[in-house]
Amino acid sequence: MTAPTTAVHRVFVVRELGIALALVLLVGVTFAVNTRFLSAQNVKDLLLGSTILAILAVGQAIVIITRNVDLSVGSILGLAAFATGNLFVSNPGMPIPVALLAGIGLGALCGAVNGGLIAAARVPALVVTLGTLYVFRGVDYTWATGKQINAADMPHNFLALGTRSILGVPVLALFAVVVLIGAGIFLRSYRSGRELYAIGSDPDAARLYGIPVGRRVFWAFVASGALAGLAGVLHAARFGTIDANAGLGSELNVVAAVVVGGVAIFGGSGSVYGAALGAVLLTTIGSALPVLGINPFWQRAAVGVLILAAIGLDRSLAVRLARRLRGGSDRGR
Amino acid sequence: MLALQRVSKSFGAVAALRDVDLELVAGEAHALVGENGAGKSTLVRILAGVHPPDTGTVLLDGAPVTFGGPADARAAGIAVIYQEPTLFPDLSVAENIFMGRQPRRSLRRIDTAAMRARSRELFDRLGVRLDPDRPARGLSIADQQLVEIAKALSTNARVLVMDEPTAALSGVEVERLFAVARSLRDEGAAVLFISHRFDEVFDLCERITVMRDGRRVDTAPASQLTVDALVRKMVGRDVATLFPKVDTTPGDVRLDVRGLTRHGFFSDVSFTVRGGEIVALAGLVGAGRSEVVRAVFGVDKPDAGEVRVDDKPLPAGDTPAAIAAGLALVPEDRRQQGLVMELSVERNATLPRRWALSRAGLLFGGAERRSAATWTQRLQVKAGRPTDPVATLSGGNQQKVVLAKWLSTEPRVLIVDEPTRGIDVGTKAEVHRLLSELAADGVAVLMVSSELPEVLGMADRVLVMREGRLVADIPRAGADEESVMVAATGAQS
Repeated sequence: MTAPTTAVHRVFVVRELGIALALVLLVGVTFAVNTRFLSAQNVKDLLLGSTILAILAVGQAIVIITRNVDLSVGSILGLAAFATGNLFVSNPGMPIPVALLAGIGLGALCGAVNGGLIAAARVPALVVTLGTLYVFRGVDYTWATGKQINAADMPHNFLALGTRSILGVPVLALFAVVVLIGAGIFLRSYRSGRELYAIGSDPDAARLYGIPVGRRVFWAFVASGALAGLAGVLHAARFGTIDANAGLGSELNVVAAVVVGGVAIFGGSGSVYGAALGAVLLTTIGSALPVLGINPFWQRAAVGVLILAAIGLDRSLAVRLARRLRGGSDRGR
Repeated sequence: MLALQRVSKSFGAVAALRDVDLELVAGEAHALVGENGAGKSTLVRILAGVHPPDTGTVLLDGAPVTFGGPADARAAGIAVIYQEPTLFPDLSVAENIFMGRQPRRSLRRIDTAAMRARSRELFDRLGVRLDPDRPARGLSIADQQLVEIAKALSTNARVLVMDEPTAALSGVEVERLFAVARSLRDEGAAVLFISHRFDEVFDLCERITVMRDGRRVDTAPASQLTVDALVRKMVGRDVATLFPKVDTTPGDVRLDVRGLTRHGFFSDVSFTVRGGEIVALAGLVGAGRSEVVRAVFGVDKPDAGEVRVDDKPLPAGDTPAAIAAGLALVPEDRRQQGLVMELSVERNATLPRRWALSRAGLLFGGAERRSAATWTQRLQVKAGRPTDPVATLSGGNQQKVVLAKWLSTEPRVLIVDEPTRGIDVGTKAEVHRLLSELAADGVAVLMVSSELPEVLGMADRVLVMREGRLVADIPRAGADEESVMVAATGAQS
């Protein structure tokens, strides 16, 4: 029994390890070509660039683990970013925590709409969130009516959030780290977190087991929405100018990061750490390709190849794991 | 302790339970026996809180209770081991046992070490060696069943319901399970035990309830019953009319399967079916029977082996070629694999022949209607209009449409997978008559079935599979419940 057990553990570890290795390899090769790739400023830029995608990826991972998907996160981000800017325009003296809470609250509300529709109408999440993707963006457009909010409209110390560092680490990245660790602990060590995996692993068995499937999925979408709202506020702080197009099309980047990060698209396995690593990897590719002298137009193709590689790896691991487990299940009758 | 009073439950037009009474007493093991489709599993699901009863009441300690869901029933101390294990494949064995009830440490975090230790204790009590940390994916059916049992034990249940828990277990494992069930009973728990194995029923239980066609036939102390009396009460009808087997002389070998292997599902399966012969493929759920017939029909591509029809090899994994060679497969799950529920009866009935019926690539309604009418009449399909969607028909009539669909291709080898699952007794007899007639016309019939009476009543030969291997080939004369079950479970009963 010992041999297959260690094999099992190794395979579990390998999912996150594989992405980390790919990341190290990419950074190493790029560093060898141009040593400035690892300058303090560039590393900081990389972290900053990954932050928003990573936060979205954490929320998306929570949803995908339950065998659902949230395509509306880009629109929620846009809506929350614009709402934050708008709040500062109407209340210039507003404290920053209030802005954060407002953005998170708005995102959570949008997530509740998603989760409520999915639970009540029993419609697949793909369809519901495809619908709300357009609805939320439409609300954003109507609200903004072509207006743009500029850095001058927002208080200085809010914008500083996007540029300041503590001990060389950008403040924005710290947000992502807190979110990541919080979600990681929840999914690993709490009953309701484990139930999300159970739901994704076999929804029918979960129902038979008495797990409140509808309620858990609802809260997964609220979490994803709230994190997209947070990402929206951080987007506003980082870029300073917001129009109704903020976060347009980012939903597929997010799903890509999650899948590359080893979260199974049919739910039940994977971790938010992997998803966050996936986000960092995708961002790093974006800035490494120009350094390597590769046409940036190839970036999308590279992302695509990574997704296919991640899925291929997943399949081959699953097959190998199944074979090993089958071999190990004989109890010497 | 737990009782059902005049409980009825229907699914659509099918009445699964009618006015059933059942009383479980603390410190007593109660057996529930009956043929497949008698309503036992529905009764279990009502006790487990999965389905609410349509009428009647569930009494707990004499007071009526309403279970809003399985969680309520579990909170009331009812633990259920289902016939087919319901585990989460991606989660560890320990988590499968303790899901929703994981031991916790500070800040309400899950105490993984305690969970692992308690899983080990449970497995020790059951006398099995299973790694609590491995994922449930890839466990054999028997091991999955053991995890289910550990799960039920871990809840310290007052009522333990076991729906055929021993079907996949070996003799030693069954004894251990019974030892655990007895100790629970002696501690004052009520046990409900469902099984097809009479020796186990008499071994474990003090009282026996017999069900037939959704009704309770009798409840009596085990000491006052014999196996013969039980069987008479269970069957309650003339077996000969239910299985109108026509004796035929087998002709040439029609279907010849040699060394068929699909890794992880089945390996080295070889058998032949002659024209005019009905061959049953028996075995436990998960033994790989459906996977074999899917591979024979070319739905899944096998890793090794060969399928020959009338001595001509079939290309592997090529369904159109299989159909052209005269094969037809009536699949297990008619809703998902056999019918397009939204299409009309006549469209469904002519689907596999749409090319033969079309002219210049276009399908004309007239030809479709004529072909459909011939076959639906021959099979006595009861449908409002041939243009009604198939979804509006009863289960038995849906099954007839699936049969009509494939019979219209005039197959020479007919493969049927669980042909009478979930249909009423009358329709069952009609399906059996039809299979018998086809065999008499020289068709080679391969029938996958989990219903032993059907296997024994219809088959000229019984092939038995266990865990992906063909383990027995029993001629009609030598086939009885015991020989088939022994081969299917590998038990030395």
